[in-house]
Amino acid sequence: MHPASFGYHAPRSLEEAFGLLREHGEDAKVLAGGHSLLPAMKLRLTQPEVLVDLRHVPGLSGIRVDGDTLVIGALTTHTEVSTAEAVRRSLPGLADTASVIGDLQVRNRGTMGGSVAHADPAADLPVTLTALDASFVLASSEGERTVAADEFFVDFFTTALEPHEILTAIRIPLPPSPARTSYAKLPHPASGYVVVSAAAALSVDHAGACAGARVVLGGVAGTPHRAAATEAALTGRTLTPEVVAAAAAQAADGIDPHADSYADEDYKRHMAVVYARRAIETAAARA
Amino acid sequence: MSTEQSNPDSLIGASVRRVEDPPLLTGQGCYVDDVKLPGILHVAIHRSTHPHARIVSIDTAEAAAMPGVECVLTGDDIGNLVLRAPMVAPGMNMPDHPILARGAVHAVGAPITAVVAESAAAAQDAAASIQVTYDPLPVVTDAEAALEDGSPLAHEELDTNFCYSMKREGGDVDKAFAEADHICRLHMKSPRVVAMSMEARGVLAQPDPARNELTVWLSTQGPHRARADLANSLGFPENRIRVIAPDVGGGFGSKGCVYREDVLVCHLAQKLGRPVKWMATRSEDFLTTCQGRDQAMTSELALSKDGKMLGLKVRVVANLGAYLHSATAGPPQRMLVMAPGCYQLQDVRVEIVGAFTNTVPTGPYRGAGRPESVLNIERLADKAARDLGMDPLELRRKNYIQPDQFPYRTGVGVEYDSGDYEKSLSEALRLSDYDQLIRHRDEARARGELVGVGISTFTEPSGGAGFESGAVRVERTGQITVLTGSSSHGQGHETVWAQVAADKLQVPMENVVVRHGDTTAIQQGTGTFGSRSAVMGGGALATAADRVIAKAKAIAGNLMEASPDDVVQVEGGFAVAGVPERNVNWRQVAGAAYAKGTPAGMDPGLNETAFFDPNREAWGFGAHVALVRIDSDTGELTIEKLVLVDDIGVVLNPMIVEAQVHGGLAQGLGEALCEHMVFDENGQPRTGTLMDYAVPRASTMPPVVVGETETPNPFNPLGVKGVGEAGTNGAPPAVANAVMDALSPLGIDHVDMPYTAPKLWRAIREARTAKG
Repeated sequence: MHPASFGYHAPRSLEEAFGLLREHGEDAKVLAGGHSLLPAMKLRLTQPEVLVDLRHVPGLSGIRVDGDTLVIGALTTHTEVSTAEAVRRSLPGLADTASVIGDLQVRNRGTMGGSVAHADPAADLPVTLTALDASFVLASSEGERTVAADEFFVDFFTTALEPHEILTAIRIPLPPSPARTSYAKLPHPASGYVVVSAAAALSVDHAGACAGARVVLGGVAGTPHRAAATEAALTGRTLTPEVVAAAAAQAADGIDPHADSYADEDYKRHMAVVYARRAIETAAARA
Repeated sequence: MSTEQSNPDSLIGASVRRVEDPPLLTGQGCYVDDVKLPGILHVAIHRSTHPHARIVSIDTAEAAAMPGVECVLTGDDIGNLVLRAPMVAPGMNMPDHPILARGAVHAVGAPITAVVAESAAAAQDAAASIQVTYDPLPVVTDAEAALEDGSPLAHEELDTNFCYSMKREGGDVDKAFAEADHICRLHMKSPRVVAMSMEARGVLAQPDPARNELTVWLSTQGPHRARADLANSLGFPENRIRVIAPDVGGGFGSKGCVYREDVLVCHLAQKLGRPVKWMATRSEDFLTTCQGRDQAMTSELALSKDGKMLGLKVRVVANLGAYLHSATAGPPQRMLVMAPGCYQLQDVRVEIVGAFTNTVPTGPYRGAGRPESVLNIERLADKAARDLGMDPLELRRKNYIQPDQFPYRTGVGVEYDSGDYEKSLSEALRLSDYDQLIRHRDEARARGELVGVGISTFTEPSGGAGFESGAVRVERTGQITVLTGSSSHGQGHETVWAQVAADKLQVPMENVVVRHGDTTAIQQGTGTFGSRSAVMGGGALATAADRVIAKAKAIAGNLMEASPDDVVQVEGGFAVAGVPERNVNWRQVAGAAYAKGTPAGMDPGLNETAFFDPNREAWGFGAHVALVRIDSDTGELTIEKLVLVDDIGVVLNPMIVEAQVHGGLAQGLGEALCEHMVFDENGQPRTGTLMDYAVPRASTMPPVVVGETETPNPFNPLGVKGVGEAGTNGAPPAVANAVMDALSPLGIDHVDMPYTAPKLWRAIREARTAKG
């Protein structure tokens, strides 16, 4: 189907983009790849009056290391993320995540900033970025602010972004080597979106005990869900198979997933346990 | 010129590459949407969002005023235009099937208002602005529930959801059941699936008011049948309509009938005097194109304690959806002839009932009743073996119709032409290394893993559904034109018909051009569906070719001053038997045929048409073996091995046959593993987009071994049987039996397809809970 008619702007600078957002307010949508937004427009699930396409805005793409932080420009494509040496070496869980988004065409055009700002509860990146304790740089004509992932994702398709703001970069603290991060995903057989997924980021002290764990579930709530009981059950323990299984068994505590035409609540709760265990096992093995 | 009589380089049986592919693969195909005409108008349709409702009001004022809009029409504006379906049984209930809704809608997606505009976008914008007020009515979506007393009605005016029933009985069923040691019972449902052609439906109509003619480009499997149906619906003479099926991007049975939009577009073109086009969106295709399967089957198989099948009772309840298309009532009828499968069963009773529901209409979809029938008898055979503690192979072998019994008349009065079921079974067992599979399963099972082996042995009818036509025209220069009524939409007729004609006439394939898909160019025809083309279109073509050869021989004799009896075919033409230097080629024969060179009393010309109908179907058969593994933690099913042995008589092009088996298999595995069109209890589709409805992908395909045996069909000129549906019919029951074998240690008797991970996980969990 054809989308409803809309206006299109392709500003050449952030300042110009800010101006367009001020002018059009909530009638405008930022286009950053379009692999979620355009299908929704074609189904007329959303009918923005104006699109502000960031493709010609310089400086929004690319991956660089800034001290102990990895900075990923918002317009960096999933393919660029999944193949970047810095990501593969330091954050293999993020490379794994970017490599299982959609299909090849989507990964070549879709961007990290676009996916994060869209905040689809069945998307991959919000889960992993929450596990990695990423933060998001939100810019507007008034300046910049940085919001942590735990606060950024507010609800289904809702983030801390204000209508006049643009997400310009994602900042991820680089873990000490070795990087024990991972992502495990049960994809929907039709859409390829998340039914249930889990991301894990573990740190292990010199004695071999887990010094810190962030285990985050996708597909079970409106936003990425921290599996607090699982994290607590891992922390301070040596990651034996028994410890991992016992911790993962608590992954479904406190979740209330929605049934859909494919999977019911019980299945999603059980998959939360299975995929949390798989993610933790993979991360723990990345020594 | 050689006088070699036998042809070691026979084109029949050669894996010739498809001649139709280069334009399709390089973006140079021409589908309906590629046809550009000046002054064209576009249609968009406002559709019902309710599964069953009275229409209180329709507000089109805003739409009519929008830029680019030519006109907006409701059902009352176009009057009594309807689609008609054939009465297949006495007392059949036939609800109204208006082109645009009149007063009520009975399924989500039913067309209410048509908008005609200068662009598709303008038409869609205007259609979206139309406001309809509904008075919702009760809804029924399940066919078995629809037949229960007190069920909500799918159509208020019918007072029942019953559409039609048919029965067939042979032998003495009650006696067989009274004498049985064991009765195996099974109730199962085949999932509703979507035909999902790559090219959605589309139609373009161009009127010619001055000549009172109408040209229609239609994405169809049978342009001649479509032309007659359009003529009947429009009340416009059939011989003034030209239907062109350009390149067609798949149909799988769903493009065999004429739809409401096809009639609507023709009507609008004639009314407005301009070309009018409608192309379905994928969402519209989900809601309006005939869907497949959705049958419930309740069966009883009577057996002796040593595994002899004594009698069979089958009752089918078919979900017909909300409206009757021309072939909607067709697929359930397959059970009437296929219920006994490849077993010696004389005491058989089959009853089928079709029911209306507030869902998308069903109709033929690759297999069209065959997959349901094979699934039914093959699941029954497996369950019977388990009930009796017998090996499923032994039980099958004990009951097979034997090779010396063919032609074999079954208990439902159908004569199978030929078969050797042990032959295809042994080949499948050999190719699958069956004994090793069983050892592998037993070892895995001992470790507590869920691994299963399943087989399906089956026979399937192909051909049928009336006649097919073929013509062979030798042009003045000796080039050959084949005209076939068997309109191709991806099957490779342009290649295979050229192979057959070239082989018969002993000319290079490059000298043959195959034409199809245009009612003006082609004599009458039926079309391509039901695995019928090789048997019917091939039979017609071979008959026409034989007639041309006979006439050409007479002309050649005349030219060579020899008796026609002494004329033999040689490569490129004819020669006098035993005198190879006395010869003429096709060019010379054709020249004579069109220039007073025919023998005295013979008409000029070299152009023969045959209408072929063997008055029986061709029964192919096969044996499929599957090895599956189920992850008990997630319910995820993996097919580790799949072996398909099909016997389709003489093979015309092995490469195309293998591709047909693979394609049919992919669609069969879709049904077995992931495809399921679901409506919720309120009648709303829950899987109406490709984001929700899972079609198999390349990565879904398991490792497949395709084998073959060859048992020629004695009842048609080429000795062939159909193959287009073999993978769809035979493979899902093999997978189903393997899944049930894998789950048997848990005491699970039956799970309906598709075997999605959540469904298998739940079955496993419930079985384990029940076991404590």
